[in-house]
Amino acid sequence: MSNITNEVLILACSTIGAGLAMIAGIGPGVGQGYAAGQGAAAVGRNPGAKGDIMSTMLLGQAVAETTGLYGLVVALLLMYGNPMLSKFLKL
Amino acid sequence: MGYGMMPMLLAADNEVDFSIHHLLAYQFMGQTVYITTSHVCMLIIIVCIMIFALAARRKMLHADEIPTGFQNAVEFIVETLQGFVNSSMGKHGKKYMNYVGTLFFFVFLSNISGLFGLRPPTADYGTTFSLALITFVMFQYNNIKYNKIGAFTGLFQPLWFLFPINLIGEIATPVSMSLRLFGNVMAGTVMMALYYGLLPVFAKLGIPAALHIYFDLFSGAIQAYVFCMLTMVFVTDKIEG
Repeated sequence: MSNITNEVLILACSTIGAGLAMIAGIGPGVGQGYAAGQGAAAVGRNPGAKGDIMSTMLLGQAVAETTGLYGLVVALLLMYGNPMLSKFLKL
Repeated sequence: MGYGMMPMLLAADNEVDFSIHHLLAYQFMGQTVYITTSHVCMLIIIVCIMIFALAARRKMLHADEIPTGFQNAVEFIVETLQGFVNSSMGKHGKKYMNYVGTLFFFVFLSNISGLFGLRPPTADYGTTFSLALITFVMFQYNNIKYNKIGAFTGLFQPLWFLFPINLIGEIATPVSMSLRLFGNVMAGTVMMALYYGLLPVFAKLGIPAALHIYFDLFSGAIQAYVFCMLTMVFVTDKIEG
């Protein structure tokens, strides 16, 4: 345990942080599933409006996905852009 | 991240590789700027669109009374686009059809360029943020044009101290639009790179076709559609105050 350098500690913590950031994927999953379920129910009630329901559902799902994608961007930054490490190495 | 690596246009290789590669460095205003794979792929896409547009123009200059083949396809595309824009913008649709059409074809072809072994330019935050900035300028212009002074007093509605939140809300629109497109395409690119890079060779036969259909074609088409849809929704929202 004594030979852990600062860089390695930062890298390890960043990787754990990237994993934790992807927990954000839960929310969009639930939201998109709910939207799809409601869309299916709406098509069942009114099959004639399938086109409108589809486009509204897809738009809503894409907007609901945004929070998950923020998590993904944070995870990608921690894994490949790592602002902490470059800041530490420059100081 | 890829400095000095072998210039590569192909996204799939033997190792996990989905970063942007530098092809050429040059000096611009005292800074080193790079020509990256994003630029090259974008140029390829633009050339493809231009060739298609010139071919379509050539065909439509002496169009047949009863359309066949290529003319059919071009007319179908234009009519679908008209229906798409008019259904969501109503009477304002005519003015924005060209912009939305260009945006849709560029984003769609960029998104599916992973199918052809290119690295999608939309998986570069610079590209998507520029596209979102164009949209942002467009709807702020419409906001000022149609709402006059209301564009500024609207920021102080319903209560004056909500001004900072309203301002953040305005600025968050292009950021969230660009991050949505970038995140989706980047996720697809990363997944394909992981699949090609980490699995043994027998897993790369046949199965990636299904993944390409989902990550490149389906996701790319949906995201291009959503980006254009949001552009139209925001512009209409600003026009109608």
